Amino acid sequence: MSELLRIEGLTITPKSAPERCLVDDISFVLESGKTTCVVGESGSGKSLTALAVMGLLSSQLNQVAGQVNFQGQDISRLTNQQMQQIRGKRIGMIFQEPMTSLNPVLTVGYQIGETLTVHLGLKGGMLKARIASLLEQVGIPAERVNSYPDELSGGQRQRVMIAMSIACEPVLLIADEPTTALDVTVQAQILKLLDELKTRMQMGMLFITHDFGVVADIADNVVVMFRGKIVESGAVDQVLNQPQHPYTKALLACVPDADGKKPLKPIDYAWLNEGQAA
Amino acid sequence: MSDLILSAHHLTKTYTQRSGKFGFGTTQVKALDDVSIGLKAGTTLAVVGESGSGKSTLARCLLQLQPLDSGEVIFEGKDLAKLSGSELRHTRRDLQMVFQDPFASLNPRMRIGKIVGEGLLIHRLGTLAEQQAQVIRMLKRVGLSEADMQKYPHEFSGGQRQRIGIARALILQPKVVVCDEPVSALDVSIQAQILLLLKELQQEMSLSYIFISHDLRVVRHIADEVVVMYKGKVVEQGAVNDIYQSPAQDYTRNLLNAIPGRKHAAMAST
Repeated sequence: MSELLRIEGLTITPKSAPERCLVDDISFVLESGKTTCVVGESGSGKSLTALAVMGLLSSQLNQVAGQVNFQGQDISRLTNQQMQQIRGKRIGMIFQEPMTSLNPVLTVGYQIGETLTVHLGLKGGMLKARIASLLEQVGIPAERVNSYPDELSGGQRQRVMIAMSIACEPVLLIADEPTTALDVTVQAQILKLLDELKTRMQMGMLFITHDFGVVADIADNVVVMFRGKIVESGAVDQVLNQPQHPYTKALLACVPDADGKKPLKPIDYAWLNEGQAA
Repeated sequence: MSDLILSAHHLTKTYTQRSGKFGFGTTQVKALDDVSIGLKAGTTLAVVGESGSGKSTLARCLLQLQPLDSGEVIFEGKDLAKLSGSELRHTRRDLQMVFQDPFASLNPRMRIGKIVGEGLLIHRLGTLAEQQAQVIRMLKRVGLSEADMQKYPHEFSGGQRQRIGIARALILQPKVVVCDEPVSALDVSIQAQILLLLKELQQEMSLSYIFISHDLRVVRHIADEVVVMYKGKVVEQGAVNDIYQSPAQDYTRNLLNAIPGRKHAAMAST
């Protein structure tokens, strides 16, 4: 397996408060053809990590240290213009809200085609054929090409987002909570679709989620974040079945299981803080 | 059955939706289609279903927050729809609701003390001093402090706001509480805290819950009985163990199979 993405010592602080680390010296590696899930609660820095990889950090934030090595190149220091050559072409992205990430006044076909025109210069019949084949790959009938986003269901919109993100056959797909807003049955379909696409196109997938059930279903490797730091990382079976860090253990104990056998145990943060200090 | 505290019989509710070009046409959407449920005193009845299945409409119709087209809701032997305005208002003391969105369901311009104590004020229960004391006791019970009375909702996190919502619902010592997705906006660690709090309070105050949720893992933990809804109809209902272990309907089976993490759980148990 070849190394696709190597994050080293990534540190992000707000410009207004440089002493506060939102993402604090994190490092991990993603191999091509594998899925790495970043899990954590709100505010743990998981979404910021994804944004930093894409070079989409808000101007209020500063990446003060660290590297994002993508196929051997540190992309965290590229200019916005250079980054635009990579984003959408070699790195695809899917966001959480399928309702708000599409433009409501443009047809879905146009929105998928835009990426292809910009990055690959496709036009006319070639473009049309490619859009149709993409729609088919994500399980939307090709005659939907002229539909507007409001004519589609939430699951279909997320499929359109996926079609857009894989249009240029990226080697890395970043998905930030892509199924959080969806019903469980639709979620299961979308996860299956992403997994199939990953295998077929040999993409690496960086998957941000807060749901350990989703992690168990799709991850090869897991990175657990807590207050900006990585507290534990490793292969999915190891992290879920033999968690080492007290936070991972506590977080897993909060997850209700589908069989209802395990008693719920909320996190005792006071104890955790002591444990960290010790 | 005589131990039913709240029951609903043959509820129907139809919404009219604009459709077609420029919204000139209308279509009828059946949000509730002949729905009957029964809640036993002191237990939790979960209503599960996907978005659009009518579960939130059911919650609102049970509390008469929305008029029904037909059907009746019986609470302690009284048909709620037949009560007069003042009788209904009086009965509402016993029927409270906890809402989904802890950010939208608290008035941003009211202090917490007032939000929680408003029910006591409306129902004229006790003197002002007694009301204050009760608000403080309730806030402490849900894990907040006396000082929080003076604060505004924006000063609290999502989990804390949901605690405020629970305090507001429980201060009138209701008999039935309808919880509409009370934990779906919360992190899993906070979710566990709130679920345990709801369970403790149920024991202490002998509450009966109607628990609306789309999360089958949460329902497994909190519910005694489950109603599965799909497109406004009840697909299946029964004891939680029966439904999870041997679902009778295909729809329920699909829903259960879609719970993320099942594959892994099966792996871990072998």
